[in-house]
Amino acid sequence: MSGVLAVAEHRQGELRDVSPEVVTAGAELAAETGGDLHLAIIGGDVDAFAEELNLDGVDTIHTVAEGDEFNHNIYVQSLTQIAAECDPQYVVIPNTVNGLDYAPALADELGSTLVTDAVDIDATDGLSVTREFYNGKAEGDVDVAGESAVVTVRPGEWPATEEAGDAAVEAVAVEIDEDAVGSTVTGFEEVGAGDVDISEADVLVSIGRGIEEEDNLPIIEELADAMGATISASRPIVDNGWLPQDRQVGQSGKKVTPDVYIAIGISGAVQHVAGMKGAETIIAINNDPSAPIYDIADYGITDDLFDVVPALTEQFS
Amino acid sequence: MAATENVYRWWGLTRLCMKILVTVSEVAEADDDFEIDGVSIDDRYLTFDLNEWDDYAIEEAVQLSEEHDDVEVVTVTVGPERAEEVIRQALAKGADRGVRVWDDSLDEETLVDPQTKAELVAAVAEEEEPDFVFSGVQSGDVAFAATGVSLASQLGYEWAAVVNDFELDADAGEAHVHRELEGGIEELTDVELPAVFTIQTGINEPRYASLRGIRQAQSKPLDVKSPEEIGVELDGSSLELTSLTVPETESDTELFEGSAEETAEKLATFLKDEKGVSA
Repeated sequence: MSGVLAVAEHRQGELRDVSPEVVTAGAELAAETGGDLHLAIIGGDVDAFAEELNLDGVDTIHTVAEGDEFNHNIYVQSLTQIAAECDPQYVVIPNTVNGLDYAPALADELGSTLVTDAVDIDATDGLSVTREFYNGKAEGDVDVAGESAVVTVRPGEWPATEEAGDAAVEAVAVEIDEDAVGSTVTGFEEVGAGDVDISEADVLVSIGRGIEEEDNLPIIEELADAMGATISASRPIVDNGWLPQDRQVGQSGKKVTPDVYIAIGISGAVQHVAGMKGAETIIAINNDPSAPIYDIADYGITDDLFDVVPALTEQFS
Repeated sequence: MAATENVYRWWGLTRLCMKILVTVSEVAEADDDFEIDGVSIDDRYLTFDLNEWDDYAIEEAVQLSEEHDDVEVVTVTVGPERAEEVIRQALAKGADRGVRVWDDSLDEETLVDPQTKAELVAAVAEEEEPDFVFSGVQSGDVAFAATGVSLASQLGYEWAAVVNDFELDADAGEAHVHRELEGGIEELTDVELPAVFTIQTGINEPRYASLRGIRQAQSKPLDVKSPEEIGVELDGSSLELTSLTVPETESDTELFEGSAEETAEKLATFLKDEKGVSA
């Protein structure tokens, strides 16, 4: 048992950004353990994907031409068969909605230890994985026991490998047990196609949990009106039904790149930051100076939003 | 598999009953300011509460029990006695009974791995033989987001992770679900039962428990079981937390100082002069 098996991710005909990042994480792990890096590409246009992911550090690419889109049963069956051939010590999978839909099942199938959402991995002396705890307020190192492990890696934590490589590409004829495929993807839907497109706005006034109650929304509406800005929100506001889904900024919502992003009462969880870090100027209004939003804010006011927001509205009236 | 028979009995004309198992966790939330003692946060700085994702899972199950006849909603929790408070919350919101599994040896672990947790829940599921299981996408504190899918795989059930829309198709013996992918895209999937669904926040509006519900919850059954009683032999967690630190802040935010009026004026001046924002 040696080496690393990394798994690519694609959706609706395109590789996702995390795929070349998984190559980087896998290559580091392979170098530390002195083994080969295998890359699995399952479903979709596997030949085109294999060409695109033939990157520095990859020794062998295994392609499985089964289906157009992700299916967890096909992934688990294919990866189990590929792992039986290359016998990897570690499997590296994107920590994404789809990655988390098969990684635990694969770990059970392989008898490997599972650890998810790694932000750093050290395999020089056994496997140690760094990950967040307590909603990002703390970070810990986790020693991983067992002969083999499945690790999911957080998108955006490893740089994408860009240099071309010279990996051997092998098409794998996987025997799929159709009786064990109990889920069928019937389509995709884009959510929240409303009349406001927050990804087009120049100035976004964005609200989070700090607004506390739906009844407090008018103070934000007044500010947005006075500034000529568009209102967006973090996930809890949309989950509560206070604003429609098309206003949600973040990993599961929209990616926005406004000129000015004013985050009001938003703590700045990683899922939110993924959607707004491309803004040119980020301003935070949050009375907790230790909130992670201040890791990326250019300017800030650490005061009660219920005092600052009306005063700011006044300035633009 | 007995659970499948259960389903087909229900799909048939007799419609005996349907059982939904919901995993319920207690999570620890840290205060804004806290101290780390070894590899854990001191209890003084922690508030224990019902896991947010599980609140949505409970609601989804209770709504189904209100829409259909003869549905039993059973909660299962891996947690110490303290966790009975959040189990009572679930019962107050409409779950019928609870099962709690715990062994003091789990208290000795710095971190219980998700596969062990899933193994304990799976053992309860094998006794309960539910038609399907709702589980939160993740816990708010450890956030492995893995127990639900691991549970399904250990039980030999089908599954779907990160579900934000659930529709039961009784006649077909399946569920039509939406899985919330990144970037505002949802995947529409048909899933054969029995299955585990990990429930995403926003799928419904969790209710507050009524006073009557809270009163009734006190007399609903809550069974406590040891791993041995459900046939699980614990052999230690495969994960060990070796350090816990507060991440270094990389903040170089320029803070506007002063009263609310003063900071608002400084920010407004910056926005008007530097960014061309005007009324």
